[in-house]
Amino acid sequence: MILATAELIGIFQWLHGFLVDLGLKEPWLSIVVYCLLSVTVFGVLCLIALFLVWWERKIAGHIQQRFGPMRNGWHGWYQTVMDALKLLQKEDIRVDTRDKAVFFWAPVICFVAAFMAYIVIPFGKGLIVADLNIGILYIIAITTFTVISLLMAGWGSHNKYALLGGMRSAAQVVSYEVPMVASILTVIIFSGSLSMVDISNSQQGNLIFNWFIFRPPFGIIAFITYIIAATAEANRTPFDIPEAEQELVAGFNIEYSGMKFAMFFLAEFVNMFTVSAIATTLFLGGWNGPLLPSWLWFLIKTLLVVLLLMVFRWTFPRLRVDQLMEFAWKFLVPVTFANLILAGWMKYAGWYW
Amino acid sequence: MSGLLTQEFTVNMGPHHPSTHGVCRLILTMDGEKVVKIEPVIGYLHRSMEKICENRTYAQCVPLMDRFEYVTAMSAEYVFVNAVEKLAEIEVPERAEYLRVIMLELNRIASHLIFYGATAMDIGALTPFIYGLRERELIIDLFEMTCGQRLTYNYMKIGGVSHDIPKEFIPKCREAVKIIGEKMSDYEGLLNENPIWLARTKNVGVLPTDLAKAYGVSGPVLRASGVKYDIRKNDPYSIYDRFDFNIPCRHNGDSYDRYLLRLDEIRESLKIIIQALDGLPEGDTLKKVNPFNFKPPAGEMYSRIENSRGEMGVYIISDGTTKPLRVKMRGSSYNHVQVLPKVATGVLIADLVATFATLDVIMPEVDR
Repeated sequence: MILATAELIGIFQWLHGFLVDLGLKEPWLSIVVYCLLSVTVFGVLCLIALFLVWWERKIAGHIQQRFGPMRNGWHGWYQTVMDALKLLQKEDIRVDTRDKAVFFWAPVICFVAAFMAYIVIPFGKGLIVADLNIGILYIIAITTFTVISLLMAGWGSHNKYALLGGMRSAAQVVSYEVPMVASILTVIIFSGSLSMVDISNSQQGNLIFNWFIFRPPFGIIAFITYIIAATAEANRTPFDIPEAEQELVAGFNIEYSGMKFAMFFLAEFVNMFTVSAIATTLFLGGWNGPLLPSWLWFLIKTLLVVLLLMVFRWTFPRLRVDQLMEFAWKFLVPVTFANLILAGWMKYAGWYW
Repeated sequence: MSGLLTQEFTVNMGPHHPSTHGVCRLILTMDGEKVVKIEPVIGYLHRSMEKICENRTYAQCVPLMDRFEYVTAMSAEYVFVNAVEKLAEIEVPERAEYLRVIMLELNRIASHLIFYGATAMDIGALTPFIYGLRERELIIDLFEMTCGQRLTYNYMKIGGVSHDIPKEFIPKCREAVKIIGEKMSDYEGLLNENPIWLARTKNVGVLPTDLAKAYGVSGPVLRASGVKYDIRKNDPYSIYDRFDFNIPCRHNGDSYDRYLLRLDEIRESLKIIIQALDGLPEGDTLKKVNPFNFKPPAGEMYSRIENSRGEMGVYIISDGTTKPLRVKMRGSSYNHVQVLPKVATGVLIADLVATFATLDVIMPEVDR
């Protein structure tokens, strides 16, 4: 049975009514409702992250002509749950020379920042925690927090490999933020709004051809550059130099163990889902689509983008750090800005749309 | 960047590090990402094998040789056995020589397949490793079928080989050769023209010809630097002079050439195996010598062969007793580790890893 989006919203409307009946007054009513919403989103995302870890291992397995996890349940479906449980039981090994506060807060910030973006991501028609009018700007601001946490992890571990990893990640994410924002701005020119809901709404109708990716050539160029920048943003191969295993052993998370490591690990997968969700909302019509309920459309599209990122990871070698920078500043930035300026000019001249 | 104060720092790369291929330790002095100074520290895998050999009979030394170079254990066995046979002037049966060549070449392919996977993994492509190991498995199965072992074979014996091949070996071997030949295009398709792969390996870790000669570099590394030198052709041992094969040679001496050259070598080895299988005569596989009372005449002998990594040699001094007086092993990886600081100083750490990977060093050969 597929839950219609209206039913999902209905549950919360019923809850809201129930709380009003209980006699809750503002601001407590809003606080309780938003807390419940956040917990729901958090829970769903944790499930998605666990699923993605399993999925990634499956995809890696099948690309490499293996099976991947097979032992825990049907095709190992609860493998990651068991992994997480195992990591929870692990001793939390801490280096004596660490910077205590920085070392402790780094995974927390990474984890929290990864989830904060979901406040403004529309999972379906009306399925959004808060429709901020600066939605996409908020996401860009929040996801950048991840860099701080990686830098903190690198610095706090008191390990040279970790420090190198942290510095690399800072340099990388800051560089790739520029083309990423430029590609996002192209979409904002199309939609005329920063709100995620407005962006989704403006891609409604006409089967799928109102999606911003189908606005050649700017839409498709912006999409490709966005995907490249997003891969770098999510620290995935071929841009995974912050944790380049063969160079820096594990990079920024080298000294982390147990649940702290798991927090980095889950945050990485949540980040991957975030960038894919943004790609879906901005370029692939968000939750728009015929027949199926809107949240399912959103999920399918996002998972397809995630699949793309995963296939990248298991097919490409890793770039070198200087090539990475050159690619960002000498290629992506000019291309995205040219794209942005041309799109803006076309819009201003009113030739196209 | 002038006026920016930087401080160099020291990083211990290894002995436990994913890309040092065992237990090599590189003391790196780094300026940010840049490697300013490399100091290889070896000896973490030292098992004093040369000394142990002095206390073993000749036959007992052979299984030790497996541990000398465990990725191509066949060639390590062969080079020792060959030295002893040359010293004692033992005639090896024809069939045994053919089997030795088949095994040596199969092992060379297995080693190059590991190289292919490990190098790709060091450069960040995780999938080719599994592909390389998948085809290596076919070869390992053949070895297991023949002598019961998958890694350390103890197959070469003084005077021949320990086991004749079973009946199903030849069809299986032909099939494996065919499969590997077909899969070669897969390997090349994955990496050869991948722009990231090209960017990571072209003009990285360039080893000029004169430097290669000066440091005694051998094998694929030397041939990638433009010296067409292969002991199989230049100083043929066993029955290599009967086979028709080419010595691939490249001229840039960079990581990409070293990688391509090894893929070419797999093809040449496949050619040799097919010819050997076609020409395999019937007959004995072992000329019996008494392993407990085998006394080669007093004297000394150096035997060298072309291993998958380069020139591998064993120098034996015999005093006419059952045990060698002195055994000296020469592994090509030793020279390759030595040349690493010359090649990779001043590059980024990622290039160091790529260079180290394509030099295809394995540590047991360095430390013995």
